[in-house]
Amino acid sequence: MQRINRTNKTRDFHQAKWNEPIIFELHQPGEKGVELPPVNKEVALAVGDGISVIPEVMQRKGRLGLPEIGQARVLRHYLRLSQETLGSDFNVEIGQGTCTMKYIPKINELLIRDPKMMELHPLQNEETVQGMLEIFHKLDLCMREISGMDYFSFQPGSGTQALFAMASIVRKYHESRGEGDQRNEIITTIFSHPSQAATAAVKGYKIITLHPDEDGFPDIEKLKAAVSERTAGFVVANPEDTGIFNPRIKEFTDIVHQAGGLCFYDQANANGLLGFTRAKEAGFDMCFFNLHKTFAAPHMCGGPATGALGVITKLKEFLPAPIVEHKDGKYSLQYDLKQSIGKVRSFHGVAQTVLRAYAWIRALGAEGLKEVAKIAVLNNNYMYHKVLAIRGASAPYVKGHRLEQVRYSWEQMTKETGVTTEDVTRRMTDFGLHYWTSHHPYIVKQPFTLEPTESYSKEDLDEYIHALEQISKEAYENPEIVKTAPHNSTIHKMDEQDFLDHPDKWCITWRSYLRKAEAPWSSPYKLEGPRLR
Amino acid sequence: MVQKVHPYIPNMVPKVQEEMLKVIGAKNIMELYSCIPDELKLKENMNIPPALTEYELRRHIEGILNKNTSTKEYLNFLGAGCWQHFIPAVCDEINQRSEFLTAYAGEPYEDHGRFHALFEYQSLVAELVDMDVVNVPTFDWGQAAATSIRMAARITGKKKVLLTKSTAPERRDIMINYGTPDLQFEFVQFDVKTGAMDLKDLEAKLTEDVAALYFENPSYLGFIEEQGPEISKLLKNNQSLMVVGVDPISLGVLAPPSHYGADIICGDLQPLGMHMNFSGGQAGFIATRDEVKFVQEFPSRLFGIVPTVKEGEYGFGDVYYDRTSFALREEGKESVGTQTALWGITAGVYLALLGPDGMYEVGQTIMQNSQYAVQQLNQIPNITGSCLNSPFFKEFIIDLNHTGLSVEELNKRLLEKKIFGGKDLSREFPEFGQSALYCVTEVHTKEDIDYLVQSIKEVIEK
Repeated sequence: MQRINRTNKTRDFHQAKWNEPIIFELHQPGEKGVELPPVNKEVALAVGDGISVIPEVMQRKGRLGLPEIGQARVLRHYLRLSQETLGSDFNVEIGQGTCTMKYIPKINELLIRDPKMMELHPLQNEETVQGMLEIFHKLDLCMREISGMDYFSFQPGSGTQALFAMASIVRKYHESRGEGDQRNEIITTIFSHPSQAATAAVKGYKIITLHPDEDGFPDIEKLKAAVSERTAGFVVANPEDTGIFNPRIKEFTDIVHQAGGLCFYDQANANGLLGFTRAKEAGFDMCFFNLHKTFAAPHMCGGPATGALGVITKLKEFLPAPIVEHKDGKYSLQYDLKQSIGKVRSFHGVAQTVLRAYAWIRALGAEGLKEVAKIAVLNNNYMYHKVLAIRGASAPYVKGHRLEQVRYSWEQMTKETGVTTEDVTRRMTDFGLHYWTSHHPYIVKQPFTLEPTESYSKEDLDEYIHALEQISKEAYENPEIVKTAPHNSTIHKMDEQDFLDHPDKWCITWRSYLRKAEAPWSSPYKLEGPRLR
Repeated sequence: MVQKVHPYIPNMVPKVQEEMLKVIGAKNIMELYSCIPDELKLKENMNIPPALTEYELRRHIEGILNKNTSTKEYLNFLGAGCWQHFIPAVCDEINQRSEFLTAYAGEPYEDHGRFHALFEYQSLVAELVDMDVVNVPTFDWGQAAATSIRMAARITGKKKVLLTKSTAPERRDIMINYGTPDLQFEFVQFDVKTGAMDLKDLEAKLTEDVAALYFENPSYLGFIEEQGPEISKLLKNNQSLMVVGVDPISLGVLAPPSHYGADIICGDLQPLGMHMNFSGGQAGFIATRDEVKFVQEFPSRLFGIVPTVKEGEYGFGDVYYDRTSFALREEGKESVGTQTALWGITAGVYLALLGPDGMYEVGQTIMQNSQYAVQQLNQIPNITGSCLNSPFFKEFIIDLNHTGLSVEELNKRLLEKKIFGGKDLSREFPEFGQSALYCVTEVHTKEDIDYLVQSIKEVIEK
């Protein structure tokens, strides 16, 4: 037997390619995907067809244009599409920085499928959901320890919705003090998530965006210049997307408080901080955690999710209703909150994700949570040193250690080779890895943001680093291979014509495609820019 | 003692840590935290119980969950925004797939399947509502409605929104919080005998500054609003848009709102294959015509189909990405982020399995079962099975005013008989007095309904 050579540093990968049709193309008249519970004969006898009572104008005319497909073919179709999706269970998902793509424990998925969780109606008598309310309450207690806040709501369905809820609380708070109209500005920073600015704007606020100083810290002088009697609030992440921790954060919150504003903390990603530093000590009035990030609930292709919203005592009555209370060994839902903003999401939020986060915290304990933070920071700084050694890569701003993530730049490589960060995105696919550029605007040129979390081993990190090294090498030696990527993915590079941005050409549904694919189109078309909010 | 390495944290292995620290040039991990000043460092340990092993965790959580009683154990007649329906096993099989469960923001290349499945979901729901554009789903019906009316306000350049008073109170609260302070809200009366919208009141309130009217059909209270065409005419004459919320499982038998003049349709996908999950199954959709003035106002992602450089391949990407807050921060349309994509995929699977006949059948069975329940309830003295005398879908109001019983008392007694009675409306809709909103679907057998009727009868006669 000869030794089989396994010394390649990058993975010899090819993603599944099934070239499935669109589901409508699987239509086979007469086939059936599932049998429904039938109507009882006596019921039918008693009430007739059930349909003729519907007023003529409200009766559905004609047959629905849905396909008819046998069950096995439907299953096979979707299983194939699932294979063409690179979930975080399958890859070393370091490339989606800021989103804390960590290991999703299987035990938690098993627990949420318990019928005593899955088959609960949100309006059941409280006596019959004591277990569920207990989980909400116990997670609340853990979150209080982690943040120093006094009370948590799990109603918001994502970080963005939690940010919106916080902006709503800011407005209601100032209104309750007769300053609702006067305080019409919210201050944020450019290295914070776009939703901070976007949700505050929906709530009617004028947005003031602070840019960083030379070292990448939010500029305290700019903050001093920005605050006034119009300041309603200040929202920021710390560390921001750069992974740089702002050590003067307490001075920031003091400045805003002195001006009469509230401070709210975007802790969507708090992975490097667990057990080390908290919202309370930094002077924040509110914070939120994404349970689908730091707390290991899955991202599910983009939700459902939970933005756990914590507040200090004086803001508790502003929370969306209901909230869970614990008294004399009984759990209850409290709807009567004097200043409540109302609702942001129906009923109680995404309960199964609340359960997942609670299970994850209990699997780690206080010490384990601290280990999570420590190893996330260790992994990140290891990658940081390795990535900086790659030709054409850099990390702008302050030198020294970063916390859980780093925003890097390929600016030099792009200048020298023409290969952009978007090209790298597609080429990384060829090695079975996901890579994300970064949020707009690209303040850091040709950006990419890596966040290795605690979940990956040194070997995993090295695999990711080797892939980046390989692509840099290719960019300098054979840039075409990167520019024309992907080569080993499910599909090839998409046609770069304006198929997605031209109203005559975009097809958001199959029926539109069938119509537009044959139709002539006029070109060019200029879309209107944004108008009102 | 050797330090315990947690199964979720491979690099807790001391030897590996040493190697990594060497690369970094740090003595220990705490050195990496030197950026956090002492006054911000947490001094005490967090008061969180010590770690549980996987087996202990399972015992612990199952112990807590055992305190719940689910709709598998008791008969459930609660709806009111979250409904119990039959869920095909294939729906669960697909949404529990590791690939879909753990995917997130992958590009159209490594996540081709995710884009493909969501494009199909958009296309399948489009058939249901007979519209050409459907979004990647938002949080829930309430959010879909809230965004729909904001879209309408941007399209018309007007700021006032009319809601019917029969709008679901939760959705109303979500819309008002989401709309203020930009939008002003006014309420249109409805007839308490039929549920029908009061068109005179609508006309009176339909001033020039009205961007849109929002109503639900079937309504929160279950009745079917049949004045769609008349309402649409009034709105068109006023250059106001018609926004209609709809339960998609009704659309095999009920006309979609686009057939009676809706400009924007929204609703909840939960009935299409999602378990109730104590409200974790909600997902909102929005549908419009394929006109630039509508498409450019969506805050949501919209996936479109495109060719690739290779003949015969379907590709997918974001349509008109530059509308979104991802591209433009506060200058984008509202905001976008993680919402409920997995439930969109699941709703697509559900619709593909049911097909046109299945959607008709499920709608018809719901109509028949719920009508049967009302018919039987009407035979109980002093009870009115449906206090509105108009056709309804799935939900109806039981009137207890002549029984001397409150809904709260009845529900307590029904609970003893292992029944979750309907939602108490006495606070939300005091005009109906002691009344409850009941939900009967295709999952209820004749025996289930008979047992409910018998149980209510026993409680009342006692």
